[in-house]
Amino acid sequence: MLEALKAVQSQLVTLWTVIQHTFSRADTVEYPEQKPYTPPRYRARIVLTRDPDGEERCVACNLCAAACPVDCIALQKAEDDDGRWYAEWFRINFSRCIVCGLCEEACPTYAIQLTPDFEYCEYNRQNMVYEKEDLLISGPGKYHDYNFYRLAGKSVHGKDKGEAYREERPIDVKSLMP
Amino acid sequence: MTKIIVDDKAYEVPAGNNLLHACLSLGLDLPYFCWHPCLGSVGACRQCAVKQYQDENDSRGRIVMACMTPASEGARISVADPQARDFRAGIIELLMTNHPHDCPVCEEGGECHLQDMTEMSGHTFRRYEQTKRTHRNQYLGPFINHEMNRCIACYRCVRYYQDYAGGSDLQMLGAHHHVYFGRHCDGTLENPFSGNLVEVCPTGVFTDKTFSQDYTRKWDLQCAPSICQHCAVGCNTSPGERYGRLKRIVNRYHNDVNGYFLCDRGRFGYGFVNGDQRLHQVMRRQGGSEETTGQAAQVATAAAGHRALAELLARSDSAVIGSPRTSLENNFALLTAARQHFCGGFSAAEQQIMQTAVTNYRQPDIGIPSPADIETADAILILGEDILNTAPVLALRVRQAVRNRARDLAAAAGIPAWQDAAVQELAQQSRNPLIQLTVDNTDLDAIAAINRQLAPADIARLGFAIAHGINSEAPAPNDLTAAETELADRVCALLNHANRPLVITGTALLSTAVLEAAANIAKSLSRKLDAPCPLHQCLAECNSLGAAMLAADSATLEQTLEGVEDGAIKRLLVLENDLYRRCDSRRLDAALDRLDELIVIDHQWTATAAKADWVLPAATFAESEGTLVNSEARAQRFFAVFPGVADVRAGWQWLTAANPGAWAAIDAVTADRASAETVAVEQVATEKATVGKVAVGKVAVGKVAAGNVTIDAVTKACAASQPLLAQIVAAAPPAEARSQGRQVPRMPHRYSGRTAIRAHINVSEPKQTPDPMSALGFTMEGDPTHLPPALRPSTWAPGWNSNQSIHKFQQEVNGELAGGPSGVRLLDEPAAAAAATWFTEIPPAFRAAGDKLQPVPLYHIFGSEELSQRAEPIQARRPRDYIALHPDDAARLQVCSSDGISFSAAGLEFCLGVRITAALPAGVIGLPMGIGGLTPAALATPLTVTKAFDWQPPPSPGDRAVIASDLAANGGAAP
Repeated sequence: MLEALKAVQSQLVTLWTVIQHTFSRADTVEYPEQKPYTPPRYRARIVLTRDPDGEERCVACNLCAAACPVDCIALQKAEDDDGRWYAEWFRINFSRCIVCGLCEEACPTYAIQLTPDFEYCEYNRQNMVYEKEDLLISGPGKYHDYNFYRLAGKSVHGKDKGEAYREERPIDVKSLMP
Repeated sequence: MTKIIVDDKAYEVPAGNNLLHACLSLGLDLPYFCWHPCLGSVGACRQCAVKQYQDENDSRGRIVMACMTPASEGARISVADPQARDFRAGIIELLMTNHPHDCPVCEEGGECHLQDMTEMSGHTFRRYEQTKRTHRNQYLGPFINHEMNRCIACYRCVRYYQDYAGGSDLQMLGAHHHVYFGRHCDGTLENPFSGNLVEVCPTGVFTDKTFSQDYTRKWDLQCAPSICQHCAVGCNTSPGERYGRLKRIVNRYHNDVNGYFLCDRGRFGYGFVNGDQRLHQVMRRQGGSEETTGQAAQVATAAAGHRALAELLARSDSAVIGSPRTSLENNFALLTAARQHFCGGFSAAEQQIMQTAVTNYRQPDIGIPSPADIETADAILILGEDILNTAPVLALRVRQAVRNRARDLAAAAGIPAWQDAAVQELAQQSRNPLIQLTVDNTDLDAIAAINRQLAPADIARLGFAIAHGINSEAPAPNDLTAAETELADRVCALLNHANRPLVITGTALLSTAVLEAAANIAKSLSRKLDAPCPLHQCLAECNSLGAAMLAADSATLEQTLEGVEDGAIKRLLVLENDLYRRCDSRRLDAALDRLDELIVIDHQWTATAAKADWVLPAATFAESEGTLVNSEARAQRFFAVFPGVADVRAGWQWLTAANPGAWAAIDAVTADRASAETVAVEQVATEKATVGKVAVGKVAVGKVAAGNVTIDAVTKACAASQPLLAQIVAAAPPAEARSQGRQVPRMPHRYSGRTAIRAHINVSEPKQTPDPMSALGFTMEGDPTHLPPALRPSTWAPGWNSNQSIHKFQQEVNGELAGGPSGVRLLDEPAAAAAATWFTEIPPAFRAAGDKLQPVPLYHIFGSEELSQRAEPIQARRPRDYIALHPDDAARLQVCSSDGISFSAAGLEFCLGVRITAALPAGVIGLPMGIGGLTPAALATPLTVTKAFDWQPPPSPGDRAVIASDLAANGGAAP
């Protein structure tokens, strides 16, 4: 008897909850006329950024590709005349990407970043394959000041040995001075 | 065995080693830097600290360096002790204070011993906030990059380079924390084993420049167990591929063959696989065209190529020519295709000397030393061979044998062999005697007790005299000069005094008499020792011995050419052999022009391919599987690293497909098909306590198409056809072998980019290429660690990403790999009918033949070998074109070292610069093989030489030539 009463009560409470929702505001938005708010650190379309000097940040270290759980990033390292590493080509297959953000977490140079732009659907899946020229933007993205090569020990154009952050001048091995 | 107690657990370890050696052999993780299994201990880095206790009552203990403390009976240590762990964390923090923030732009990243040890020691956060010391880098040549900031001053590089490899141009410079490891000035590192610095250096100071130019992380490289193709030593290598290009070669440990080290030719000579001379498509010559360049050929379909091949093989007037530089399977498929007109690919001189070599190895009183056995000798006689340039890794082994005098002295003085500094201090310059009788100076001269440069005939005569001196039953040469007699007596005294003498000779001089003299010496020594005396014969190409054993009585090239000249042979099929390297050019031109059809199967565009009507692209070692027999008669299997593209097929695939009738009749093939499901291969695999089993798999990996012959069937048929080769099947597990029920993965388990690599071509990924004919798959799924050594694609263990992880796969550090030796020795059983008789044909003493000069071959590690000389970095190290003359001959010809001379040899005209060297005997002319177009074919007859008045020195010096990117790296200035 008690069981039956409890069941009826449960039904009534459910009905009441549904009726209440009839008068509350809808959560759905009229997309695309009405755009939802995406916070700056929302994880969507991936870009490759540049450092404050306007040079490519990506050094083709391959850590993003290794971290990617769906293996949708491939690239090839190249090196310019002054020793700076960069990606000869850089490809993301967005039709596989799950926007997990592990590539951004793995990136030691803040080069690869996820942006709030999620509107990159295509009718043709082939168009979801982005090459380096599609990914590279002209700004530094979320991290305005970071410049990897200012911290690294490798010398590149515009930064000789000993000119990086907290580096001494190169040693003259022929000197016996302490 | 000794009992030691590590963290309250008792272990049995081999006696006489140090605690680090013991811990690593037990599979325990203990970080280290300055210790290397081949270099011993110096206690420089302080990283391997452990706590040692007096006895079970000692609770305080004291910190000791594991590498400097003997593993004595009952030693009680703790690796996990908090104080020891803190000490190690402190040391790594100190070592890292000056280390740059470079890992993302460092070639070592991902396979870095420093990264691994930092992780292992728990140093995860940088507290040091002061400035870092910096260094300028040096240009070190076309092989090695230098990035000195990354150095942690472990001293391994100079200890390897100077002590182990005998180099003198890499030093420790400077003082205190300014120490610098480099050359006195920018320039090429000259030692031919400099590439090993890449693996010896625990950080990224020395990195592979050729790899850096087309770089991929280790975790992205698809690898396979492979065998070096650039000489007959048969070093085990692990080549890596990505995006369809072979990216690099690293060492794959084999304790009997190459140990931890490769030569630079083997490491940097892989460029021919990706080179612009590489053939990928079937080509046929345009009708009637006289042009013989690549442009004259037009691309045809693979099916047309198959038809042409089948037609040629079906005719009775066709002959086929095999090759000593390709696998046994390829040669055997060719032999099966045309048994009547089969030529093994050797010239008459080569055929004769190779058969002598096989006969020697089958003598009951001659033992065949493996390269590792060479290190145990206490006196070595090298007869005629410049081993540094023809079998480089043997020269490294000989160097250790000479140094190992120090170990004997240390043993007598009670110093353990691993106490490197003490042993060297004790030994000073004491060396085991090395005796060299060669035609020219060699790089081993500096450590040799006796060097003498002689003409090949005189080397052989002296060899016979030495054999007679050791055992008077051996035939003696007549009319030796007093100097020769005295020299022979000195050599005999040294060899008689030795307990473990060893003889090395080789086929490089193409002198059968030298080989016979070496055999006589070994025979007389074996009578003295009352045991077979080790004799190692260096051979010319990676499968010279295999080809010689397969086709002992086959026709020589000269006989085949005679057949063409009589008109008996109208069609010719040449497999991976450039005939212009072995035959007189003019004769060959005429013979090839007489042919109705010439088909060449090769992976490179050669002079022979340029004459062909059809060129069928063959797979290189990197795209095919096969068996090679090295100079100690060890059959070893190499596996495809990546699938071939376009029309590329292995030679045996072309040949079996063109000749299905012959193959259907071979029992081994039908048996192989029937047994695929029933063969249970049980191979004890690997790692320490865990014993993996390789058994027949359940997972389907694609089917071999009906009618197709498998590589294993070819191997089995080859083994069945020739009793000497019966064991080759055991060189590696068969295609049905599985690890944990799956194929062995060629890709590391962290391989990245699978869904993006081909996405630009088509976003729908194709399935991975199946490889049903192999125990390895083009996949990352499977077990990468529990494998028999012959199937391990690369070396990796959890927490040990660098090649140093090899100790996880050894039964004991420096010992044999767990899972037993890979490869199988074929000639350990002497021939049943072989009688212990002497060679008696002693050549007459060398006399200069009037005006004519006797050609002798000189070899260069960079440039003499056919395939590696196509690699760009090897070309950069090639010596400039020259010929070598004795000063007397130069005076007679009125030439000096800035002049050129001209001569005609092997049907070609040569005009080359003169190098005058007093080391060369008078009356001979030294021809550098592979340099300036000179080939072994030029050695056939004495040469008439004249001064070339119009000779101009070549514009750019070949010796120190640099490749474009080096110029860029060096600020545009040539070093």
